[in-house]
Amino acid sequence: MSRMKNNYENSRFMKFKRWVDGETDLLMNTMEIVPAKEPESKSFKEASKACSGEKRERTAPVFSEGRGLLYFRRFYQTVSVLLCSGIIFVLLWTVAYLPSFGNAGNPDNNEVSARYIEQGLQETGAVNIVTGMILDYRAFDTFGESCVLFIASCCVLVLLRIDAADGDQKAKKRLAEANDRIYEPKNDVILQKCACILVPVILVFGIYIVLNGHLSPGGGFSGGAVLGSGLILYLNAFGFERTQQIFTEKVYRRVTLCALTFYCLAKSYSFFTGANHLESGIPLGTPGAILSSGLILPLNICVGLVVACTMYAFYTLFRKGGM
Amino acid sequence: MSFVQNFPFFSIIIAMFSGIISSVLSGKKARNLTFGAILMILILSAGVLYFCNEQGSYTYMMGHFPAPWGNEIRAGVLEGLTAVFFCLVMLLSVLGGMRHTEQDIEGSKHNLFYIMVDLMLSSLLALIYTNDLFTAYVFVEINTIAGCGMIMIRQKGRSLSSAIRYMILSQLGSGLFLIGLSLLYDVTGHLLMSPAKEAVAAIEAAGSYGIPMLVIMAVISVGLAIKSGLYPFHYWIPDTYGYATPAASAILSGLVSKGYIFLLIKIFYRVLGRENVIASQIINVLFMFGLAGMVMGSLHAILERDMRRMIAFSSVAQIGYIYMGIGLGTQAGMVAAIFHIFTHSATKALLFISAVGLYEVSGNRKDYKSLRGSGYRNPLAGIGFGIGALSMVGFPMLSGFISKLLFATSALQSPTKMLPTLIVLAISTVLNAVYFLRMVITIYSIPKEEEKRMEEGKILAGSWNLRLAIACFILLNLTLGLFSQPIVKAIGDGLTMFT
Amino acid sequence: MEALFTNLEETVSIILFGIGFTMLLLHRNLIKKIMGMNIMDTAVYLFLAAKGYIKGRMVPIVTDGIQDVSAYINPVPSGLVLTGIVVSVSTTALMLALTIRLYERYGSLDLDQILMRAKEEERG
Repeated sequence: MSRMKNNYENSRFMKFKRWVDGETDLLMNTMEIVPAKEPESKSFKEASKACSGEKRERTAPVFSEGRGLLYFRRFYQTVSVLLCSGIIFVLLWTVAYLPSFGNAGNPDNNEVSARYIEQGLQETGAVNIVTGMILDYRAFDTFGESCVLFIASCCVLVLLRIDAADGDQKAKKRLAEANDRIYEPKNDVILQKCACILVPVILVFGIYIVLNGHLSPGGGFSGGAVLGSGLILYLNAFGFERTQQIFTEKVYRRVTLCALTFYCLAKSYSFFTGANHLESGIPLGTPGAILSSGLILPLNICVGLVVACTMYAFYTLFRKGGM
Repeated sequence: MSFVQNFPFFSIIIAMFSGIISSVLSGKKARNLTFGAILMILILSAGVLYFCNEQGSYTYMMGHFPAPWGNEIRAGVLEGLTAVFFCLVMLLSVLGGMRHTEQDIEGSKHNLFYIMVDLMLSSLLALIYTNDLFTAYVFVEINTIAGCGMIMIRQKGRSLSSAIRYMILSQLGSGLFLIGLSLLYDVTGHLLMSPAKEAVAAIEAAGSYGIPMLVIMAVISVGLAIKSGLYPFHYWIPDTYGYATPAASAILSGLVSKGYIFLLIKIFYRVLGRENVIASQIINVLFMFGLAGMVMGSLHAILERDMRRMIAFSSVAQIGYIYMGIGLGTQAGMVAAIFHIFTHSATKALLFISAVGLYEVSGNRKDYKSLRGSGYRNPLAGIGFGIGALSMVGFPMLSGFISKLLFATSALQSPTKMLPTLIVLAISTVLNAVYFLRMVITIYSIPKEEEKRMEEGKILAGSWNLRLAIACFILLNLTLGLFSQPIVKAIGDGLTMFT
Repeated sequence: MEALFTNLEETVSIILFGIGFTMLLLHRNLIKKIMGMNIMDTAVYLFLAAKGYIKGRMVPIVTDGIQDVSAYINPVPSGLVLTGIVVSVSTTALMLALTIRLYERYGSLDLDQILMRAKEEERG
């Protein structure tokens, strides 16, 4: 007979299982820093109830989790396992017949990539062949891609921007700002000193990546993301009062508008001349120089600006519904 | 090179550019800009249609590099016709739902709605004209996000929860479509449609990659079918169409799902090759799902009490019709499917817009019984709804009749699928008749005394734009019904140009 | 079977794709659904990146003036991945914003509960 364990609940396996199930937090009580308080303070709830007429307090489940729901959940799990293995099986079956990995004779290494590599430098002026490809050969895709980012930021604006139009909304905005102060560190010296050193470096590095998109790995999107993260760090260290002096919603809108308009007009010009077999008249410059490769550098700057602003806008909107 | 050949490119760029500009305009200016842009694109598309009718199809380089290297768009008769039609439906839907758009959306966010309309139009045009698979993927995503934005911009009721459902299903579809594209790129080495088609033909001739090609076809078809709401993947449709602002419902049901179907047809013809698709069993799967959708969508609609959800479920059935047409596998079936795309977008948008007119005079309650007698209170909306309903049922002289006729005649040409098609067509027509005629009878029955008194105070003066939109939609429907011959011929020509 | 091990990168990416797809379709928690979506997208990018790779070749940036096909890997998949990443960032941001609004309104991240509460709210 096996030895009975009367404290099996505390065994490592059970602890692990509970953690997997999301019932307990293994790190509870071992962490040194305990969050000061929940962001949803009491005043927030009261105020939110006051400002919007809807019933917001619905913390208790309003329906009983009966047996039917349990079966439903089991059913869910079974179906997901079956579906997952089904899809994986079918696609693996396909992969087994695909051209082998890393082979130079694969069908995708054809005349298309050959021309990009052999003549890309002469035709686009970009040392980085990938940049030359996405901003010159296949520029329409890339223009669509910046429009995806633009429309996504519009959708997030719709969802999260709080406009102080009427009384209700004003109250809501005040509330969001009050709620936001919890996240805002008040004169955290360590953070501020680090940010003082880091933010300029990050911004310069971001600008470097954007400007060297046609020469080295990088480009508008990656550089813009770096710039955006630098701005976000600055915001976290010094708070909205400081960033609002340089970056408001008006600035965001204008920068995005100018960058996208320039992008749109420049690319339209190049598409139009290309399709009508006209010379575009844009000098490609010496390959390898910073001012080279025709439209690619300005386009990279535009994409970088749009991405940096959008990233920062996403952060502020998610945090307090406004810039 | 003729200047007209630039028009497809101009129309895509105009739509995008007006979207970008709208971000800094006020709501009213953005609206006017949008109307201007759509009108202009309508004229440009008509130019494209005329040009292609005279001189055949052509490809247009987007940039300085020809086919396998640079992006390309392609225009032909079918593309031009679809673009004209989509612009028309878009214009009328935005016009008809204008007042509700202004009521449903917060004042400072009006311009954002028009940005979404603009970008939606540009992505639809790009899906119509594109000759490149990856461009298609990018614009499918713009379409999805713009659609989601249109749904959730009305931040009330269940529109948010329906938006997330829509987003989840659309992302599943996009994921499948993207992996399908990657696999296809892997075996063919091309992203542009024409060289990819040559590569596919070579693969089929050599007999290599048999299984990957089958899976690619399946994955791309299922991905786009999920996004367009084919029957087993339809569960986002009723909530989405039922709770969005009316203009958005009309656009989503009339255009968005049709854009994906058009893309699927284009991929079948211009990349995978129609014969290969027929030889694989994919087309039969689509056929079965289409038949199931025709019956189940109608059954759901009969059980529904909310009129807008009922119309939405009817969309499920109509998308089933389109897939059934594709699934027949014959040229005639494809023509019928494309004609039904037009029919359905004209009729469904008409139904949604006139439902708005009926709800306006009945106190905006959900249950369809509250609409009793609303046909007398808003006569034009009543007539519009009646005509839309009759067209859906298949009343002669209306567009629905022609598409049913085309479906039936094309079914006669394929012996194996004739019987199930005709039987399901008959069942579905009867079911359609049950719920649409019930609605028409309800709106034309005399309300009880107490209801009448309650509603008299609430009757609103119908707005001119709603009336204009309904009248134009009715005209469009009659045109499709009475002068179908040239349109059917143009579709046939366009399909032959595809290959 | 053998091909699965030579095509190891593709195999892994396909397995990840399946996991992500299932999570997006059937997980009830919205945040985990979004995670699933990202796993799915990233798996496709891994697949594409694996497809572009050729043994023993350099990244497609012209160095020392060498412009020979045999020197560089295929640049096309890298470009597609770049475009795809932007798309996936945008959809992720949109879905997260929707999730925030739904959580504010219905106090739950469970999609079934949200739908149930939404229906109830409409009735009541």
